[in-house]
Amino acid sequence: MATDMVTNSRAEVLRRVRAARGGTSDGVAVRAGWDGIAREYRRKGTREREGLLALLEDRLRDYDARVVRAAGEGVGQSVAKRLVERGVRRMVVPVGLPVEWMPVGWLPASAGEVEFVVDEGLSSEELDDVDGVMTGATLAIAETGTFVLQNVAGQGRRAATLVPDYHLCVVRAEDVVETVPEAMGRLQETAGLATTFVSGPSATADIEMTRIKGVHGPRSLDVILIV
Amino acid sequence: MSGVGLDPKTAPTFPMAAKAMLGDTQLRKNVRHATDVIQEKRARVVGEMPDWQELREAGRQIRRHTMEYLDFYLEEFEANCTRAGGVVHWARDAEEARGIVVGLVKASGSDQVIKIKSMTTEEIQLNSALEAAGIHPYETDLAELIIQLGEDRPSHIVVPALHKNRQQIREIFQREMKLPELGERPQDLADAARMFLREKFLRVKTAVSGANFLIAETGGVCVVESEGNGRMCLTLPETLITIAGIDKVLPRFQDLEVMLQLLPRSATGERMNPYNSIWTGVDAASSGDGLRDGPRVFHVVLTDNARTEILADEEGRQTLNCIRCGACQNACPVYRQTGGHAYGSVYAGPIGAILTPQLQEMHHAQSLPYASSLCGACYEVCPVKINIPEVLIHLRNKVVKQNTAGVAGLFDVEAGAMKAMAMIFRSERRFRAAQRLGRVAERPLVRRDGQGEGWIGWLPGLLGGWTQARDLEEMPKETFRDWWERRGRDGN
Repeated sequence: MATDMVTNSRAEVLRRVRAARGGTSDGVAVRAGWDGIAREYRRKGTREREGLLALLEDRLRDYDARVVRAAGEGVGQSVAKRLVERGVRRMVVPVGLPVEWMPVGWLPASAGEVEFVVDEGLSSEELDDVDGVMTGATLAIAETGTFVLQNVAGQGRRAATLVPDYHLCVVRAEDVVETVPEAMGRLQETAGLATTFVSGPSATADIEMTRIKGVHGPRSLDVILIV
Repeated sequence: MSGVGLDPKTAPTFPMAAKAMLGDTQLRKNVRHATDVIQEKRARVVGEMPDWQELREAGRQIRRHTMEYLDFYLEEFEANCTRAGGVVHWARDAEEARGIVVGLVKASGSDQVIKIKSMTTEEIQLNSALEAAGIHPYETDLAELIIQLGEDRPSHIVVPALHKNRQQIREIFQREMKLPELGERPQDLADAARMFLREKFLRVKTAVSGANFLIAETGGVCVVESEGNGRMCLTLPETLITIAGIDKVLPRFQDLEVMLQLLPRSATGERMNPYNSIWTGVDAASSGDGLRDGPRVFHVVLTDNARTEILADEEGRQTLNCIRCGACQNACPVYRQTGGHAYGSVYAGPIGAILTPQLQEMHHAQSLPYASSLCGACYEVCPVKINIPEVLIHLRNKVVKQNTAGVAGLFDVEAGAMKAMAMIFRSERRFRAAQRLGRVAERPLVRRDGQGEGWIGWLPGLLGGWTQARDLEEMPKETFRDWWERRGRDGN
């Protein structure tokens, strides 16, 4: 009986939709209609590489993120410096994070003062117990100050970048695009993966419209831009 | 625990409720401040976009196209979501939607749920249904938490507690969280909410969310938020139940490139809000590091609840294009004076004035299409170009038709008054007599303002409807006709 009701509701809602629109939609017409949508907005950005990176940095800082640049081999050093500055003792990292981004002498168990924990399925409580998380990113959008995380190697599970108080994200300059349409174009192929757009640390403006950082997600965010 | 929901079936009419709200100077100050801040931010980030009008036009066309082929896209979403491991349910009305969600929560084995802010769950009054079934819902959005703990009701689509200031919020938190020492800075209040909810996020195994968009092409769902409470609910529990109106469908993943530019800038005046989550079914752990990411059980409840009624009305249909950014509320001179509660519905402001009566199939909330000055500010800021003034006028016509149809029409006072007016206007003698009568009758009601102008602020009986929302100017001492005749007599 319950199944009957479920089936009936589905049929009834679709019947109502079709009655309201005068019949069943035809797939060919749907496709033609979608293709006919006017998209006169900007798709591609116009900035040169340097202008693009400067825009991303500016927009990220506007969101209270700290941004630094690092060249190839300097990434690990830059990471170590950030962690010391932030007073972080225990960092979680996803499986597949490039080893060359890690501080010199890094071993899965520890790197001098900072202990690194690889997320091999940590519980929420265990994630709540570490100070920070370090990940890469699929891409970044300069115009909005956004980076995009997906469930792939080096970026990890969504919970890992959410529960700890601090997030350090490493972005490659070649993965920076200027506009949102450029980003969606690149994401199209992996659209089925769990995907998170991050723009600055967690924030709220619910109290008298005052922007407050770090409500439930990470309170602080650092970005290292590999150039 | 939560207050009684805003129910258009039992709410007082807008003019009555608005009158009470206008007397609350603290509320008006809070609303004015909040809407000023958002409007200023919105104008700045919209001004940065050289292609804003082209984006609006694309947004309008995407939404119109979706409504045109809604049956196709709903079925496509269902097929793709199911393929990805989600379970899709259909609900004809609010009662059925509540029943499905309550049943799913019970099946999850939990007697508590964590909730992401969702206007659809407010619309169907889900919280009281959960409580009646012995399930405790925890609102996790800061504003919704303030509302829930304060036994209050939301007054804005995006910032539901904008009618409360920090002192009022502090009092609620002190009392409900038992924190007598709580500070007064916004940061202190946010920290208290973080402490209060962190334990729930880690412990409660079932979550309920709304949806900003359902993506037909992939079967994916998109939720846009700022605090990270959304991500907590979408990521940590074992069971996730997402409830969405059937109007939330978006044809293709690529269409997000338009919506993700229009929505955050219009809603909170940000280039992008801190977090957008897009997920598809349940993660099969087939990619990445091989670890399971997110809930193991995922349900979507597609809810009609009179949306197909709106779809069937050619002129009202564009109401369904709304992406719930709240820009029209911030821009509306009426909303800015009364706040949201006067609308007697979870959808307040201009969009509420057209959405609510239609969701009630025009049987309730009939005063809302009149709760507007038709100034057009809402149309101008709408990111998908909903012509709200046009729909308001269309609905006013519907209200009049409904009220004058059948037996009720025979006794309709307004129609009777109009007939009497027509009779007076047809005869010069009757018109002059009416003018004379008016001047005599108004005398005891006229009050002088500072400039010596006469104004009437209250008319008796049936005429009182006119002066409920405006003052009436005193009739001139001498009419044009009298002046013209006197001029002829005096030979000037």
